[in-house]
Amino acid sequence: MSTRLSRGRRDERRLGWLLCAPAALVMLAVTGYPIVYSFWLSLQRFDLKFPDQRRFVGLDNYAAVLSSDAWWTALSVTGLITVVTVAVELVLGMGLALVMHRTLVGRGLVRTVALIPYGIVTVVAAFSWRYAWTPGTGYLANAFANGDPLTERASALAVIMLAEIWKTTPFMALLLMAGLALVSEDLLRAAATDGATAWQRFTRVTLPAMRPAILVALLFRTLDAFRVFDHIYVLTSGANQTSSVSMTTYNNLIKGLNLGIGSTMSVLIFIMVALVALVFVRLFGAAAPSGDGEERR
Amino acid sequence: MGRPGSASTLRRRAASAALAAATVVALAGCGGAADDGLPTINLYYAPEENLGAVVAACTAQAGGRYRIVHRVLPRGADDQRVQMVRRLAAADTSMDILGLDVTWTAEFAGARWIRPWDDASAAEARRGTLAGPLESATYRGALYAAPKNTNVQLLWYRADLVTSPPRTWDEMIDTALRLKAQGRTHRVITMGAQYEGLVVLFNTLVASAGGQLVPDPGARVVVDASVERAADALRRLATAGVTSPSFSNAMEDAARLEFQSGGGAFQLNWPFVYPAMREGAPELAAKVRWARFPALDHSRPSRVTIGGYNLAVSRYSRRPAQAFEAALCLRSAAHQKHSAINDGVPPTIESVYADPQMAEAYPMRDTILAELRDAANRPLTPAYQNVSTVLAAALSPPSRIGPDTVEELRDAVQAALDSKGVLP
Repeated sequence: MSTRLSRGRRDERRLGWLLCAPAALVMLAVTGYPIVYSFWLSLQRFDLKFPDQRRFVGLDNYAAVLSSDAWWTALSVTGLITVVTVAVELVLGMGLALVMHRTLVGRGLVRTVALIPYGIVTVVAAFSWRYAWTPGTGYLANAFANGDPLTERASALAVIMLAEIWKTTPFMALLLMAGLALVSEDLLRAAATDGATAWQRFTRVTLPAMRPAILVALLFRTLDAFRVFDHIYVLTSGANQTSSVSMTTYNNLIKGLNLGIGSTMSVLIFIMVALVALVFVRLFGAAAPSGDGEERR
Repeated sequence: MGRPGSASTLRRRAASAALAAATVVALAGCGGAADDGLPTINLYYAPEENLGAVVAACTAQAGGRYRIVHRVLPRGADDQRVQMVRRLAAADTSMDILGLDVTWTAEFAGARWIRPWDDASAAEARRGTLAGPLESATYRGALYAAPKNTNVQLLWYRADLVTSPPRTWDEMIDTALRLKAQGRTHRVITMGAQYEGLVVLFNTLVASAGGQLVPDPGARVVVDASVERAADALRRLATAGVTSPSFSNAMEDAARLEFQSGGGAFQLNWPFVYPAMREGAPELAAKVRWARFPALDHSRPSRVTIGGYNLAVSRYSRRPAQAFEAALCLRSAAHQKHSAINDGVPPTIESVYADPQMAEAYPMRDTILAELRDAANRPLTPAYQNVSTVLAAALSPPSRIGPDTVEELRDAVQAALDSKGVLP
């Protein structure tokens, strides 16, 4: 009886592996192959407009991209957008998460309303922002701007960041709310009994306990923000040096038909995203609480 | 974890069956043959309201051998190009006839995405066609497309402010300055934003100065005195105090609106502004006249940049012979007249302009034709997108064109022609 059971179990395990295998193989094929292919393309001079000039050029494309002003401008714009939006979203998202967590009346309604921006398709939202900021037709432009804010670099970047923050703060809040659920009420009550103020309870008890959730939220949003594309595409199409790295890659790859340079940019973005992820995971790994929920320092 | 045979498995099965059914339906929709078994010639072309009648007439003319279907591309020029490029890069066999902007023809030919026209069809496409549009459809001596419609900018002026139109660029600016001194409406309105429109203007100025940025065969940029002269002219316009504050940001429609609301004495723009003005501001339209685009010198008439669309046949088309035949029908003299009268796109066949019906729809047809007879093309190179991008960047904003601009321009355009470096 027992051998039969263990054999059944072994079979089940094997079946499990077999059932997983197709998915794992498909994943490898759809992620691994494009990555390798992009890297291979990035080592070639390959411009669809000049099919006869295709040849292997080693790292020339990397030299061309890394020595171009356009790339570094785009990278600094992307960095600025990432840092500003993620920072603002963290603060606003935390506030929103606390509200959603603590509300007693109309909880479902509050949560639903808070999630509306996240539910709207990004391109649709971006078009609303564009029309709102267009002089003549837009209520925001008529109320707050003289001139066309989307045609000046600083104001256009501000509008892009505003749209981005409005759109993804609910997502941040959702992730943080999951973290808030981890904070033990007993601990908070004990701290209150010991005379801790609300602020002290928040910074000394809530935040440390939420640290893993905060790091996950930051990781997700940083990776997301770094690849910002749709808002810029709709709001300015990259005019007045408001291109992000994704936008520049699109311009070279899809519009410029230069597969070599475009793939080089894709590979560079991939490397940077991987680095960000690595740093966060390291940080996250070090900060993760051990099994009993105690944090080690 | 769903057990075998559980409800979730059944649901999944039902879902995949539905997906398969949907795929079959979708494939049937894409296929060459429709219900009646007629082969379909797919025409990928920008939205044009009354093209349907032309397509129907050409399907009728095919006499049951094939049917032409207009697959409507997006409205934006960039979006049109990107959609076609992506399909062609994937060797899409469902595209037969492509509607190409004049500036894309060399690019698609260079990428070997479109077929050179055979001698008989090419002779038919060339017959009676104006030289400028024909040049835009030619790459390395071979005809790669048939010009369907063309376009050219005119000088629009207010007859209540000036008695006769300025003949030269400087005369136009001086007249505007004089009007300004008298405290009257004076502005020169045109497109100065960092985009294709600025390149069109600059190309017109270079050609009017007797130059050509990228002479045939289109591999080297030539920056000579005519380019410097054009840069000077553009800077003078931008800095003389006669343009509107939004000049460096204005595209076609913004320029049209500003002039239409009475904001200027002169406008350099495409002919579409006139019907729009007659409808939107009839009193103003009654005071507006048109003239040839101002020249740079008295001795040399202006040479104006042409726009427009060409019809090409995709290399991946399965029915190239029928596609060539259909393309010729779509741009025949009679159909060009139909499109000119109903959709306002100027014909490429010279004889159409003489048609009596054109007089009403096209009161400015003689001026258009005069400009078209010695029109200028933008650089005919596969790398035109790159060239245009760097030109617009180098010339923007026009008020800041300086002595270094022309030098910068030489290096940037050459790099773009060689498709070197990175596009901003």
